[in-house]
Amino acid sequence: MNFPSELKYTKDHEWIKALEGNQALVGITEFAQSELGDIVFVDINSVGDSLKADEVFGTVEAVKTVSDLFIPVNGKVLEVNPELENQPELVNTDPYEKGWMVKIELENPADLEGLLDSAAYQNLVS
Amino acid sequence: MKNTPFLDKHLALGAKMAEFAGYNMPISYTGINDEHFAVRNSVGVFDVSHMGEFILKGPDALDLIQRVTSNDASKLVAGQAQYSCLPNNNAGIVDDLIVYCLKPNETYLLVVNASNIEKDWNWIAGFNDKGVQMENISDQTCLVAIQGPNACKVMEPLTPADLQKLKYYTFEKNSFAGVENVLISATGYTGAGGIEIYFENKDGNAEKIWDAIFEAGKAANIKACGLGARDTLRLEMGYCLYGNDIDDQTSPLEAGLGWITKLKKEADFPSKAALVAQKATGITKKLVGFEMLERGIPRHHYKIVDSEGNEIGHVTSGTQSPSLGKAIGLGYVNVPHAGLDKEIFISIRDKGIKAKVVKTPFE
Repeated sequence: MNFPSELKYTKDHEWIKALEGNQALVGITEFAQSELGDIVFVDINSVGDSLKADEVFGTVEAVKTVSDLFIPVNGKVLEVNPELENQPELVNTDPYEKGWMVKIELENPADLEGLLDSAAYQNLVS
Repeated sequence: MKNTPFLDKHLALGAKMAEFAGYNMPISYTGINDEHFAVRNSVGVFDVSHMGEFILKGPDALDLIQRVTSNDASKLVAGQAQYSCLPNNNAGIVDDLIVYCLKPNETYLLVVNASNIEKDWNWIAGFNDKGVQMENISDQTCLVAIQGPNACKVMEPLTPADLQKLKYYTFEKNSFAGVENVLISATGYTGAGGIEIYFENKDGNAEKIWDAIFEAGKAANIKACGLGARDTLRLEMGYCLYGNDIDDQTSPLEAGLGWITKLKKEADFPSKAALVAQKATGITKKLVGFEMLERGIPRHHYKIVDSEGNEIGHVTSGTQSPSLGKAIGLGYVNVPHAGLDKEIFISIRDKGIKAKVVKTPFE
């Protein structure tokens, strides 16, 4: 499985990717999508909300199961990936690029340092 | 946790395994949707050896079956099978099952749910006061379901049995893939057609049959399918799953199983009088199919509410239907809300998501 080294990870199987200007993208890992199986609906109603780390920002529905989505660090939800409305399966096929879930504004970019790096996350799921 | 004789096959195919009813079972191999479509469009294979099998034998075998099951097994001829259930003493259901008539008035095979093997055995044994010989052959019996529109055609070279002429809910014993004495049954839990085969696990039979099935199905793109696809396939047909849609608390009449509840049969069976009364006064809740009109996936235990938010029932099964591309479910609702096209709301994460009652099989 692939765990890109430029991303940070959580024990809840989200990844976060820092963008310019205190923003970041959040999604779920390849391991997470593989455990969930065919994803049929990404339900996110938290745009505009300021959330604390580990709070729920949405829910992902697979054929067989449903799972909450947790925000990795404190931040405000700015945008949901619009492609997921009609193509939730992008989370399965391309979890780190086209399958991103939300764009957030980081409360404190330094928070990312406290998350798992690629090697540590890989260790967790192997 | 128990394993079926096909564990090595599942692992070699990269199956995602999980515990189900005390067995280590394949949930999926290449993905639930992929396996689902293999069965709807061509042919798929399920290892369902976790299911339970009892042989009932002796001059009073039929009498015992008639006194524990709701359907009328006296109608069965040799080579015929029947869907039935075991009512409990509170007008609920101990289990649902299939009764196979091997020899009328003499030998029957009962196929029960894996999660209920011990409960069913004890329940039936409790009625066995005339010395019917009961044998639990669950541990040594393999059950493989080969399902889909191409299933019979591609399996035909493996057996002298005329699979394409085998009528629904009939069976015969024949050789299959060089193994003698295989019970070949035109039954299944997918609504896609096909067969289920029962055979004894001995002398490497399991591997021999498994390999032959996949070799014979190669040209039809045969796929191994797990319990995940089994669930989406049965749900599209509106078939009940014990533990979800029916259980010790639900009456067969509420569950829409009136067609297997023969209240006029001669033999008395548990709760027969209560079910007769229930039929006369009318049921108050009913298992219905529904489809989502707004975005959301219904799940077991979610509440069903009316437009004002009053609770009117609960979901027993739900999924995104791979074939129909919409979310569907089964659930109990109070009778005034159970009519076709009635608008109901599924409470998903504290929001009422609109749905409507539809007929099953879903379409």
